[in-house]
Amino acid sequence: MSAPLLQVRALSVAFAGLEVVHGIDFELAAGERLALVGESGSGKTVSALSLLRLLPEAEVGGSALLQGRDLLRLSERELRGVRGDEVACIFQEPMTALNPLYTVGNQIGEILTLKKGLSARQAEARIVELLAATGMPEPERRARAYPHQLSGGQRQRAMIAMALASEPRLLIADEPTTALDASLRTQMLELLGTLQQRLGMALLLITHDLHLVRQFADRVLVLERGHLVEQGPVAQVFEQAQHPYTRKLLGSRPKRDFGPPPPLPEAPPVLRARQLAVAYEVPRPGLAGWFRRGRFEAVRGVEFELPPGRTLGVVGESGSGKSTLALAALGLLRHQGELQIMGEAWGEPGMGPARANTPRLRRLRRQVQVVFQDPFSSLSPRLNIEQIVGEGLLVHEPHLSVPQRRERVLQALREVGLLPESGPQAELLRWLQRYPHEFSGGQRQRIAIARALIVQPRLLVLDEPTSALDVTVQQQVLELLLRLQREHHLSYLLITHDLDVIWALAHQVLVLQSGAVVEQGSAEQVLQLPQHPYTQSLVQACAPLCPRTGP
Amino acid sequence: MSVLTEAPAAASAAATPLPPALSPGRLAWRRFRRHRLGFYSLILFGLLFVLSLGAELIANDRPLLARYGGQLHAPLLHNPPETAFGGDFETPTDFHDPFIQRQFEQPGNWALFPPIRFHHSSINYFAPEPHPSGPSASNWLGTDDRGRDVAARLLYGFRLSVLFALALTAVGVLLGVLAGAIQGYYGGRVDLVGQRFIEVWGSMPELYLLIIFSALFEPGLLLLLVLLSLFGWMGLSDYVRAEFLRNRQLDYVRAARAMGLSNWQIMRRHILPNSLTPVVTFLPFRMSAAILALTALDFLGLGVPPGTPSLGELLAQGKNNLDAWWISLGTFAVLVLTLLLLTFMGDGLRDALDPRKVQR
Repeated sequence: MSAPLLQVRALSVAFAGLEVVHGIDFELAAGERLALVGESGSGKTVSALSLLRLLPEAEVGGSALLQGRDLLRLSERELRGVRGDEVACIFQEPMTALNPLYTVGNQIGEILTLKKGLSARQAEARIVELLAATGMPEPERRARAYPHQLSGGQRQRAMIAMALASEPRLLIADEPTTALDASLRTQMLELLGTLQQRLGMALLLITHDLHLVRQFADRVLVLERGHLVEQGPVAQVFEQAQHPYTRKLLGSRPKRDFGPPPPLPEAPPVLRARQLAVAYEVPRPGLAGWFRRGRFEAVRGVEFELPPGRTLGVVGESGSGKSTLALAALGLLRHQGELQIMGEAWGEPGMGPARANTPRLRRLRRQVQVVFQDPFSSLSPRLNIEQIVGEGLLVHEPHLSVPQRRERVLQALREVGLLPESGPQAELLRWLQRYPHEFSGGQRQRIAIARALIVQPRLLVLDEPTSALDVTVQQQVLELLLRLQREHHLSYLLITHDLDVIWALAHQVLVLQSGAVVEQGSAEQVLQLPQHPYTQSLVQACAPLCPRTGP
Repeated sequence: MSVLTEAPAAASAAATPLPPALSPGRLAWRRFRRHRLGFYSLILFGLLFVLSLGAELIANDRPLLARYGGQLHAPLLHNPPETAFGGDFETPTDFHDPFIQRQFEQPGNWALFPPIRFHHSSINYFAPEPHPSGPSASNWLGTDDRGRDVAARLLYGFRLSVLFALALTAVGVLLGVLAGAIQGYYGGRVDLVGQRFIEVWGSMPELYLLIIFSALFEPGLLLLLVLLSLFGWMGLSDYVRAEFLRNRQLDYVRAARAMGLSNWQIMRRHILPNSLTPVVTFLPFRMSAAILALTALDFLGLGVPPGTPSLGELLAQGKNNLDAWWISLGTFAVLVLTLLLLTFMGDGLRDALDPRKVQR
């Protein structure tokens, strides 16, 4: 076997004296696909980026030999020659990785003229070639487009074209598909795969998604808190994981953990929609926009009934109107048609909820609460836990005294498993005084659930409740949601793009495509025997990854 | 499958003694304290300000306490007529009068004078040279062209400048936050109208208005405060508006709306505390701008009424009496020190509140 392309020895990374990567070793052969897997905070991105010394504050130790040259000892000037030339990077969020002020062609051309010494004319032809190679439709036209004029998938293609412009020997892909929809994800991976083979590059794939790894990589490295805990060929690691952490990662995919639903009691639906439509006003282009505003129908003709104690999953890609549906159910958007909570409408027919907080609306708001996707933006950073969780009581049960309120807050936090059943009172009170930044993502999501539960709602709107969480934490939050549903007979309106989560929670499923319902039915029926081509493509996109069997 | 839950971790964390909870505000304060220059500037500025608040105890032409003929007087609070000290007239006592001073040299009588024996308005009639006279044992920093003690006037002028700046900043922040909050929270048409109004209002020629108004009305501090406040809130309101626009669409605000909180409650409890970073960061800079504005107007003679101790008026005197270097030099030093301290504080605050700084 020839000498490896990249040889990393005892790589350690520290920030301000605090070591986060503790001496990892690995090798990467030319043309190999290596995956670096771990949860957030495991140091996977940090280790990869510090190979190119792209983190200015990091103190990097060890050695990283790229074809005999130690990247960590090169001068900044020599390193600039390596970056973007022999080693290129693709980042997670293509919108922020492309400069919004330059056209895509400009940005690719910059690399060609700087690194490859092409003239402007030669570069122009090469740009179109590169874009065409990434499967970009109409490459000549797209080369002159600005990043905001491209869709997410097209931007990611442009990023790839940019990375390939210098014909690198090593491509570092940092979560290249996380920001993309399921069906795009597969396409992007296939594209990366074919390009990698054709150009004979080595590929270092950084991801938290194990199923991506199984589908795509040759070898896998598993990182846990900056330690390399396991490495080996993909098949071997997936079949016979040695390290408990790897096994935990592998075992933490959502499972459908409930039997067939008990027969429905005769009860009115918690949430009922009839011919529900939501339209936004959008500015019209040109002079017409000065006088009249256009309308954009984000959701139209949606009909469903959500009985008590059940979960309705709403699936769709980004832009399909599922978040709009969630906001309408929360009474935060004007809507047309009928939308009733426990038989009571949010507003006058055709009016939508008035903005004023009438007592009637406040009473309704108590029935419907929400848990958002991002546990970092859903808690106000300037309020402590007691204030955040207890806020609902201030509004809906203002007669409670401070100790009574505190007791209810503690009870809610116990219910979501954030506090032990008993403990010294002083410790519990200290715990209540903490601020959100002192908690992890999973803990914050539990706090958000406690905030919603404390007013004893009948319906919880879950807007991508687990997609910002690590896989192991995701499973715990799903279990918590299932338990709460059983204990409190709650109804969930579950908004997600992740069919795994739907499978784990939902009784009924509703599939949205560009604002309209294309398929609707029980979870088993929709996910196992999808009828509509769009649903089929969604299920297909993750089918090889998630073999679904009925309970 | 043994999936460890997080709950035991939380439980064990709750069981072990926790360090005291740190609010973001307290963390920022810690970072500010670690910023040496800014923190010491704050201490020094605070000290100077407190000292200047007690200016009457430091620079005054009347003694703090006086004993005459077995009787204790506090001339600082109530100045007895000269007759109380053996004089001939029923007029308030002038303690610089050599006769009165001789009276206090008699055994049994004494007077406790403040370190600077001049009030900002008192004229040294007994100076050895014509005014403006240079630094001497009685006038440490010399006198101005009317024979008033420069050190005393600087002390009172500093106090006036800082108090004025505090008032102007407070009014400006109040108006700016209110205007920015309303525009940013409601957005849409309210925002549009508000922005156009600010553009029109901001393009008014502020200086000429000041000149016109100071001709129309009796010049005074209140008039200046009102006029400068009318224009001083706009810069800040833009920042607050931007913060509100950003914060109002964050999930925690949506959650609060879903909870049924009123608009006012959401603004006050949720958005405002998260939108104050630019306000706090700009406070010292706004203060120094206010001090400079007052000084400039006084320098031009458009500011405070004549006789008021003011740094700008002293600067104007320095310009008119170029050979009396002590006037310009002293005023210049006080101004530079004040503005520097404020700028250092501003730098420290900016670093402490910078969201990009590593949380430690």
